[in-house]
Amino acid sequence: MSAALKRREVVAQLLAGRGDLLVVAGLGSTAWDCTAAGDHPLTFPLWGAMGQAATIGLGLALAQPKRRVLVITGDGEMLMGLGSLATIGVQRPANLSVVVIDNERYGETGMQATHTASGVDLAAVARACGFRNASTLTREGEIAALLAAVHGAPGPNFATVKVVAEKIPIVLPPRDGGLLKARFRRALLGAAADTQ
Amino acid sequence: MAAEPQAAYDWPLELHRLLAASRVRQVGYVPDAGHKRLIELCHADRSMRAVPLTTEEEGIGLAAGAWLGGERCALLMQSSGVGNIINALGTVKECRFPLPMLVTMRGEYGEFNPWQVPMGQATPAVLEAMGVVVQPVREAADIPAALDAALRLAYNSYVAVAVLISQRVIGIKSFQEQAAQ
Repeated sequence: MSAALKRREVVAQLLAGRGDLLVVAGLGSTAWDCTAAGDHPLTFPLWGAMGQAATIGLGLALAQPKRRVLVITGDGEMLMGLGSLATIGVQRPANLSVVVIDNERYGETGMQATHTASGVDLAAVARACGFRNASTLTREGEIAALLAAVHGAPGPNFATVKVVAEKIPIVLPPRDGGLLKARFRRALLGAAADTQ
Repeated sequence: MAAEPQAAYDWPLELHRLLAASRVRQVGYVPDAGHKRLIELCHADRSMRAVPLTTEEEGIGLAAGAWLGGERCALLMQSSGVGNIINALGTVKECRFPLPMLVTMRGEYGEFNPWQVPMGQATPAVLEAMGVVVQPVREAADIPAALDAALRLAYNSYVAVAVLISQRVIGIKSFQEQAAQ
């Protein structure tokens, strides 16, 4: 199956009109995708900790039960933290969605195939782990329903979006981890966060 | 007689009290026999969420996410689990996330399992190499004060702090004893 969806367009759609959404972006291409959609203080783009995007989303979702939390990450990053799907399935935060932008490649290291290229089904794993909703999207027309779920459906929600394996320009977010942390907390918690 | 446990003092009760008093709201853990009572106390406390993990590394993400969301998170693990968090600790250091960790030691004082010894012996050095402040404790009576200091250091100075609780305190001497816990 050759994918038709373009990653930048999918992520731009997911973040358009983001409202109160809190976003964690997995390292590499999904961090660039989120930045291309517009650098935002309430997006926490990762430059490391491969495999931990979903658990950062979990900690955030548990701490902020009244806000919607969206993790946007890649297939390679998700595969490195498969156990986190089981951990999320046990906690079942209703406000958390995990979306995997799946190009079936390690995009930053030479486009080597990930396990999803051989048929490993991440949505099936998420479903088996207890996610309330889990699906694999391949068509443009399916994105609107995903967006609605991210903003409103009781989660945890999971979606794999199959996208074209393409090399596209990198759009870098700020690199300073301390800055990214502080600006996120200030935007979410107010200036008082600086002295907490 | 090499590894008599120091059983009488209910230090896990004190640790739980300190975590609650410090407004720790999330406690991530991979079970260890030495943390059995503290894990139970955290699960029973409605003011905190005890989160079982499949691997200690998930705890680093959990704690980072909690802090981004304005909550405090502490981690409980065995020394073998320290080996599972090394790369993720780089994110803690780069972002200056506050991170108190309570580590029960294996491979250290009277260990019976040779496979535990390499990671147990490497634990302080590995943590220090990744910028974690290491506070070893060898007496049960000293553990609460060490956690209190670790919580203050972590949250006042935005650093990772590991309290290493000696196997001398836990006192596991044989596989049979461990299985009976």
